[in-house]
Amino acid sequence: MHIVVCVKQVPDSREIRIDPNTNTLVRQGVPAIVNYYDLHGLEEALRFKDEQGAEVTVISMGPPSADKALKQCVSMGADRAILISDRAFAGADTLATSYVVSKTVEKVAQEFGPVDVVFCGKQTLDGDTGQVGPGVACRLDYEQLTYVEKVVEINDQAKTITVHRHLEDGVEVVKTKMPVLITALSELNKPRRASLPGVINASRYKPIVWTTNDFADLDRAKIGLKGSPTIVSKTWVPEPRKIDTKMIASGEAAAIASELVAALWSTELPTRLGW
Amino acid sequence: MATERFDAIIVGAGPAGSAAAYTMAKAGLKVVMIERGEFAGAKNIFGGVLYRKQLEDVIPEFWQEAPVERRVVEQRMWLLGKDSVVTMGHRNEAFKEPTNAWTGLRVKFDQWFASKAEQAGSLNIYETVATELIREGDRVVGVRTDREDGDLYANVVVVADGVNSLLGQQLGIHREWNPDQVSLAVKEVIALPKEKILDRFNLEGDEGVTTEFIGQLGGMMGLGFLYTNQETVSFGVGVMVNDLKRTKIRPYELIENVKQHPVLRKLLQGGESKEYAAHLIPEGGLHAVPPLSGNGWVVCGDAAQLVNFVHREGTNLAMTSGLYAAEAIIEAHARGDFGKQALSGYDRRVRESFIHKDLKKYQGLHGLLKEIDSNLFDKLPEALNSAAFQMLMIDGVSKAEKQKMAIKALREAAGGTANLIKLGLKGWRAMNG
Repeated sequence: MHIVVCVKQVPDSREIRIDPNTNTLVRQGVPAIVNYYDLHGLEEALRFKDEQGAEVTVISMGPPSADKALKQCVSMGADRAILISDRAFAGADTLATSYVVSKTVEKVAQEFGPVDVVFCGKQTLDGDTGQVGPGVACRLDYEQLTYVEKVVEINDQAKTITVHRHLEDGVEVVKTKMPVLITALSELNKPRRASLPGVINASRYKPIVWTTNDFADLDRAKIGLKGSPTIVSKTWVPEPRKIDTKMIASGEAAAIASELVAALWSTELPTRLGW
Repeated sequence: MATERFDAIIVGAGPAGSAAAYTMAKAGLKVVMIERGEFAGAKNIFGGVLYRKQLEDVIPEFWQEAPVERRVVEQRMWLLGKDSVVTMGHRNEAFKEPTNAWTGLRVKFDQWFASKAEQAGSLNIYETVATELIREGDRVVGVRTDREDGDLYANVVVVADGVNSLLGQQLGIHREWNPDQVSLAVKEVIALPKEKILDRFNLEGDEGVTTEFIGQLGGMMGLGFLYTNQETVSFGVGVMVNDLKRTKIRPYELIENVKQHPVLRKLLQGGESKEYAAHLIPEGGLHAVPPLSGNGWVVCGDAAQLVNFVHREGTNLAMTSGLYAAEAIIEAHARGDFGKQALSGYDRRVRESFIHKDLKKYQGLHGLLKEIDSNLFDKLPEALNSAAFQMLMIDGVSKAEKQKMAIKALREAAGGTANLIKLGLKGWRAMNG
């Protein structure tokens, strides 16, 4: 069983600011973390490894500093980590990114053995598109299971997998054949804290780095800015929604409470709730 | 996984820990440094002055690469009255070459220092808390961390876990704080355009100025500071915790109030507050310094209460103590003996150094400060201000009369002539050990 987990290093969204002049994210000085949803994918892979045994390879595309994200994955228990890093990859949109990631999964399969499951997060915290995972599945011609909130069973013998997909109007139980690409929701599990030996191991670990030259059949027209047809025509910061507020300031607590109750009853809220 | 052994475990990646880790790693010892923060410096603040001498002893010519802010060419001491100030200070081009001190920001500096240790071969581990010491008999043989399979073993544990030293408590060398032995420093980093900083503080290039002030701190014993960084200023106050308790003033209220002082307000106006932080500072002085080593352990920096509060020196005492501890451990390593006797070379080094001598010089001051009324920290500067005002105000009153008024004001502020003289004498003695 060989599981590949795709991770992305993203700016910590708790500390994000928008540059008022360019309307883009200010990345400088913002701590970089592993994309939250990706960690749930990794945790699911590691649980399977702990219970039934598997090899877990983590891959990431990004600048050299993304090796910190990969080391975190190794500290949690991943067996190997590969950083795909090259200036030629810069400026990639989701189309170009999914091309490079799919090529990387192919190369991982060639060098380290056939891949059964690929985990991605459902989306990244910085891009928010949720397109790369499905894009990779399409290019690899893998089954794709998006928005997975529970993995019920992975049958290594029969090479089948059963999961719960979270849909808007309910839960879909799906069983399909591997190889498969899964995009993970945070409901899937709770990512572990690395053990001390794990952290020590990771701090000595050097991720494998692949550049464009390491790929035999990479179509240069499909990577980086050149391979990215997406055009951002305009970005803007949404105005905070204005909500009518009223302050009930003075008076005793009981008086404030009864005024509040009266105010609430006078709205359409009780009717909407069917009271 | 087989348990891995290290020559030394350093707990805390502050200046003491990093100095120790760097020095030992460079000497070829196998060291691991454990830090509870997300990165080195994540949990640390200091006022913001970094002296050359002590860091130079650890890393020669560090200023070529270390993230320092401005070279301090002027030090100002201000006595604040309600709407006034009496200023003193010293500015000298000679402070530039060789540079005496830089302003700095710990978040940047500590990361750099820890990375130097890492490059030298130290294994740095973050987001990990050393929760207890592992002992065999009367020897410390390692630490337990809050991670799974979290035991680590080594010949020596360097306890550099800061002012609230968890491990120091377990060694029995760190008692619970008394509120009169510890101060709370609150600090804001305020962004200002570079040109504004240069103009307002009369600076050019990478010159910087430090300002310390007393008075107008809500009747509390303490000190305020304002340091210029490249594109920010560090502004804050440090006051005794027992005074905070007594006056029931919240630290952030205090700092907001002080900011409204007309002199400070004009220096800070238009600035955007980027960071707010608070930290405890040990103020126990020499009497509070514990034994610095024992069987299999040494203690450095704030954890060992090595702070000279009179000269606002803590970071450099921390670095020097880390360096000395490392040198003693390297000697012990060469002999293969890590007992109390073998590690006492660290105590000896500290005793023979400026650390001990400086702390000894001011040892009486802690007792004195405990005795005197904190309100004097407001009253005396206020009296000096009104005396200065009287002397400089031309209003037809004779100079002799003015002098009398000024002396009277000071006397009253101190609570009588006898008190004023006593205070002066005691203060002199306390400052001169």
